[in-house]
Amino acid sequence: MANPSSASSSTAESGGPAVARAVVEVAKVSKTFGTGPGAVTALDGIDVSIGEGEFVSLIGPSGCGKSTLLRLIGDLTSPTSGIVTVNGKPARRARLDRDYGMVFQAPVLMDWRTIQANIELPLEIMGYDRDDRTKRSADLLRLVELEGFGGRHPWQLSGGMQQRVAIARALAFDPKLLLMDEPFGALDEMTRERMNLELMRIWNRTKTTVVFVTHSIPEAVFLSTRVVVMSARPGRISRVVDVDLPQPRTADTRESERYFELVTTVREALRRHESDAPIAADADRIRAEGLG
Amino acid sequence: MTEVARAPRRSTEWLPPLLVFVGVLVLWEGSFTVLGVQSFLIPRPSLIWGALVSEWPTLQRGVLYTGAEALGGLAVGVTLGSIAGLATARWATARQTLVPLATGASTIPIIAFAPIAINWFGFESMLPRITIVALMTFFPVMVNTIRGLTNVEPAALELMGSYATPPGQVLWKLRIPNALPYWFTALRIAVTLSVIGAVVGEFFGGPLYSLGIYVTNQTGSFKYPNAWAAIVLACVLGIVAYLAAVALERIVIPWQRHRDEAA
Repeated sequence: MANPSSASSSTAESGGPAVARAVVEVAKVSKTFGTGPGAVTALDGIDVSIGEGEFVSLIGPSGCGKSTLLRLIGDLTSPTSGIVTVNGKPARRARLDRDYGMVFQAPVLMDWRTIQANIELPLEIMGYDRDDRTKRSADLLRLVELEGFGGRHPWQLSGGMQQRVAIARALAFDPKLLLMDEPFGALDEMTRERMNLELMRIWNRTKTTVVFVTHSIPEAVFLSTRVVVMSARPGRISRVVDVDLPQPRTADTRESERYFELVTTVREALRRHESDAPIAADADRIRAEGLG
Repeated sequence: MTEVARAPRRSTEWLPPLLVFVGVLVLWEGSFTVLGVQSFLIPRPSLIWGALVSEWPTLQRGVLYTGAEALGGLAVGVTLGSIAGLATARWATARQTLVPLATGASTIPIIAFAPIAINWFGFESMLPRITIVALMTFFPVMVNTIRGLTNVEPAALELMGSYATPPGQVLWKLRIPNALPYWFTALRIAVTLSVIGAVVGEFFGGPLYSLGIYVTNQTGSFKYPNAWAAIVLACVLGIVAYLAAVALERIVIPWQRHRDEAA
């Protein structure tokens, strides 16, 4: 507020009324893998701005570059052209400042560490002292409802529990931004739905900005405030769907009429860039899954 | 609960090989007596046992001496192999210079090298055998250390990258723990090689009671059961060393065993 430059921030230019400060700003970003005739354009002309407290899903067919876009935001890879800004600074600076937490499709837990020590890994690296670490990990174990499991080892936990540990680890140092790369992709449908509810509960409490990569339409609609639909070859943003479902999202959300409408909207946005397979049959399947 | 469940499984693991072992001994003893197989070919177990008992004072010294050589060479080889592996995984220059050198060194025929090592250090010294054993064990340890340090899950490296982890901490918190199972696999190989290396090295020189020299001398004077008693002891030495390595592995990296069982 005391910052005089805040008046001319980029969110003002985008014209949205009372839009929260942008946490992630992706401007004219392209990413090409390889050179010469074998080069593959993973992303082409991507523009996206993600405000504070938003939950944005990136969805699209495989090869649309949604994971690459997430990695660009996290500075785990660099754009061929364009600029990625996180918390108002270059993505690299933001990574070095430890501005975000990341959750992968696999939990990537260290087998030689207990659950508690796994959650404390980033805290150790960032030089928190022992008391702080113990306190933080205890809080986080409570947050992901794994109290009493701190002394166990990863192999003693189910897949869903392991992924909760990964989420706790990503939140351990209180990052403003959470990057999630198909975190529930390897889980069965039942566990995935439970994890979605869990994630909503955590998100409502922490108010962290989330960028979430998924290939599941129901998951994207259920979780997000906005769904960014991408198309492949080259990876482009084909449509952005605002999800106006009421907060907090609960199991009932999945049964509301508006939810089905939005699922259909996202589905059709995805379809437009693909072959014309029967849409009605799929919508029925989603409806059945949602009600079952 | 798992501890209770594991206990009975232990005896079912150990019992069959034990029974087979005893069975083979009985069959060996019986058939050799009936068929009248000459003891210079292979003596009966009872003859070997007799030799073991009567020659124990000499054999005991031999086991201790040869064991010390194996252990000394193992310590040198494993230490150098680990250091070389660490350096190689850390610095590209080390990778380019050390690996070809180490590969070359590992192809030196031990039989040819043993007399030269004796030339260097003299007959009575343990050093020729320690050098030989170190040379034999260095390579598998280095190769496995490199593999363990570099064969890290890409997502785990990305995770460390997302925390902007300094390279030293990536090494300490990710690469080294990741390398330990590979390193222990190498240790198992190195431990068995060390006893073989020490005994073979002794064929070219060493004190009279050392196992290698003892086997050579006893065979030369047709005391085959004595020679076999020494061979049996060399085997026992190797087995004990191997079991010690396995036990150490279970203490240091207990997670690996659980991971194997879960898989």
